[in-house]
Parts: sequence; C-alpha cells; structure tokens
Amino acid sequence: MKVLDGLKYSKDHEWIKVEGSRAYVGITDHAQHSLGSIVFVELPGLGKDLNEGDVLGVVESVKAASDVYSPVSGTVSEVNDALIDAPEKLNEDPYAEWIAILELSDACRTDGLMDAEEYRKFCLEEA
Amino acid sequence: MEAALKRTPLYEIHRSLGGKLIDFGGWELPVQYSGILEEHQQVRSAAGLFDVSHMGEITVKGRDAEKFLQKLITNDISHTKDFQVMYSPVCYSDGGIVDDLLVYKYNSGNYLLVVNAANTDKDFTWMLQNLEDEVELENVSAAYAQIAIQGPKAEAVLQKLTDFQLDKIRFYHFIPDVVIAGVNTITSRTGYTGEDGFEIYLPAKYAVLVWEKLMEAGKEDGLAPAGLGARDTLRFEAALPLYGHEISEDISPLEAGLGKFVKLDKKEFIGKKALANQKEKGIPRKLAGFEMLDRGIPRSHYDVQADGASIGFVTTGSYSPTLAKNIGLALLDSAFAAEGTVIDIIIRGRALKGKVSTIPFYSKKYKK
Repeated sequence: MKVLDGLKYSKDHEWIKVEGSRAYVGITDHAQHSLGSIVFVELPGLGKDLNEGDVLGVVESVKAASDVYSPVSGTVSEVNDALIDAPEKLNEDPYAEWIAILELSDACRTDGLMDAEEYRKFCLEEA
Repeated sequence: MEAALKRTPLYEIHRSLGGKLIDFGGWELPVQYSGILEEHQQVRSAAGLFDVSHMGEITVKGRDAEKFLQKLITNDISHTKDFQVMYSPVCYSDGGIVDDLLVYKYNSGNYLLVVNAANTDKDFTWMLQNLEDEVELENVSAAYAQIAIQGPKAEAVLQKLTDFQLDKIRFYHFIPDVVIAGVNTITSRTGYTGEDGFEIYLPAKYAVLVWEKLMEAGKEDGLAPAGLGARDTLRFEAALPLYGHEISEDISPLEAGLGKFVKLDKKEFIGKKALANQKEKGIPRKLAGFEMLDRGIPRSHYDVQADGASIGFVTTGSYSPTLAKNIGLALLDSAFAAEGTVIDIIIRGRALKGKVSTIPFYSKKYKK
C-alpha cells in the first residue's frame, strides 16, 4: 500500500496536503484499494463551509457508498471535476487525484492528523 | 458472542486466490478476487467460476412427494418431466414469500430442492410443518458442494472434463450422474447470471479437485473465478430476484413480477387464496426497473417519491457494468410503474430523477 511522505492522514483514510492557506484533500491508496472499483464520485459545492469531520463528498464503488470526511475545517474553493466522468482515476492515482481544495480557516489545526510513518503503522494495526 | 462463520469446502482456495472474504448470511465467502467489474465482464464475455456451496439442498422423497410439493410451491410441478428443473416461489398463506427455489425432479417420488443459504433452516422447518403423510424430507446441504460455471465459454470449458455430451442438457434440465474430472456430479443447465452455463452439485470432499481442474481447463478460454459481488451485479442486470431484496415475506410473487410462476388454476397450494384475491382486486405494488436521469447511484431501501410523497422503495440498485449506467429495481405503487414514468429517488436527502424502464436491463443469453 502506497503512503506518501509529506502528506497528513486521517483515521478515515483521507490525505491532505497543505500549501499555505490551501489544503488538497483526497483518499488514500489504502482507501481506494479497500473500496474496489470506484464508479461514482459526489463532489462538494464550491463555497461550502466544512468543519473538521463533516462530509466532504461521497465515493461509491460497485457495492456501496462511502462518505469522505474533511480532515480539517475550511471552505471549498476548487473541486476536481474530472472525477465526475472518470471516477476510476481515484483507483489509478489516488494521490494525484485530489477531490477538493479547501481554503483553510484561521483556526485550522492539523495536529490531530498522522504523518506518513504514523499512518503506515495505523494501516498495519487495522489489518 | 457471534457464532463462527461457516466455510465452504473451497475456503482455502478463495484465500489462496486472494479473495476478499466477507460475512454473507453467516458464510465466509469471497465478494471479489480481482475486482467486481473485471469479474462481471469476464462472465459476460468468456466465463466465470463461482463457489455457491452455501446454497441449501433438501431431498423430498416418498409416495406423496408430488402432492406435498404441489401444496408447498406456487408453480405447477405436475407437468414437469423427469430430469427437468423448475423455478418456484414458496408462499405463506398471506401470499408473502418464504423463499424461492429450484426443484430438480428425478421422478414423481423423488426430488431435490435447492434453496437460499440463509433460508435453509427456515424453509426446512416450514416444510416439516406442512408435511404430507408419506413424504421423507432430508436437509442434505452439508453433503453437497456447488460450483457454477457461467458465461458464453462455460460449455466449451466444462466439456473438456467430461465425456458426457453437454449439448444434450437443455435449459432447465439436469443429468444426475455427469462424471466431471472423474467425479460423479449432478449437472444442470441453470444459473443466476443471465448467461448460458451450468450448476454442478458434487460431494463436498471433491470440490477442490473439480475447481482446480476447471480452472486449468478454462485457462485458454479466459475462465476466471468470480465472487458474490459479480454474482449480484450479473443477476441484477438480468433482473433475477434476490431474496431479501425483490422478494421477501412482505412481498408477494405477483408484486415481484413472478406471476408466471404462480399457477392460480392449480388445485390447492399455500397462499392461493390470498394471491387470487390480490389478482382480483388489482395488484397494489409492482416491481419496476428504472434508469437514473440525474447523477447518482440508487441503493437498496432508498425511498422513491412522486410529488414529495413516498411511492415505494429501491430493492436493488447499482452501477451496471454492462450498460455503464446507474440503474435500479424498485417496488412501486402500481400507478407509477409504467414505462417512462419519471420518479424521484431520494439519495442522501436529495430527490434525484429516474425513469421507469423495461426489465430485464440485460437480455438473457440462455441456450435453450
């Protein structure tokens, strides 16, 4: 299972990459693998305010729908439209294909999230 | 503490193939190996191998066997020939469905019933409660493994392992002693995928041997193991009902579109009065297929509405790998079940549009 250094990870298997006041959010390789073939992605609306733990979007495999939670608080400033017609991209390259970009709130904290090493361990323990 | 999951004789094979094992009605079975989409396509284009050993088998023997079955099932077994297979619902007296099953007729005093795994004990109890004088029932589920080989290449692959001329087995017929890879089996031209194919019943201890021989024989033709996930999407596209979804104790076979398996002109059977009454008064709900117009995937139990009022619910919904569309089956108030009717499917609180379409979504490729 691929885990990239430099990203932060949630217990729900989302990743975030913070650049200044912006955060890219996606699902991890572990998440796409356990979901199986992804056939549908529901994206958040632009301008939507999200608190940490709110539902940011939905990813559906053939079998089931899974919520994607926002690991941080912020406002949706961009969404990855390409996923609408090609949801399988989340299977193919889950770290390149972010789902949304959030404009972080001032109070945004990422200390509750794991770094790559911690997340690798977390996945092992879960299995 | 939860009871331990039951395992089929092919459990170790599933593990070695990297199958993703899940709890399916108390059985530890693979939902997928390589992936549901690939396995689904493989069955539609070549052939897939399924472990369906969890299915229940019950023998019905004795002088009154036919009389007993005629009372038990809604279909009419009396015209069935020896070595023919018949599909039928089994109903409660109120018309709700106990289970749906296959009846394998050896002769009028000897039958093999194949029932849904999770319903086996319930069915057996129900049969005992409705037993006729000279009938012997036996739950022989544990003795049998069942392997299904399905797809356009199924016959060619299976033929490599048997001297029996498989083209002599017609659709919904069986042969009780087809020797496959040296093992005596009951083989029928039946299945649950909408493709041509066979279901093979064999002694549990030879399941691994036959599975491995089949995989080997099917290499060139693209035979691949297929899990319960693909089995579900395949049967769903062919609009074959699944107990607990399209049919249940709260749904009658007439509502589920299984009217041709309900013979109201038959003398007496459990549920006849209620079903005849339903037919006379007009069937209140109807199973319909629909296709999403808006973006979204319908799922089991989602509410279906018209003008903000509930008119039914989704029984099965999925992305259809063959059609590359999001489709569903729903039990709807009959007034809304006509083809072309636009309905609202409530997905995560939002009303998304769908349109009632014809079923099956996939036209079955049976070899009759």
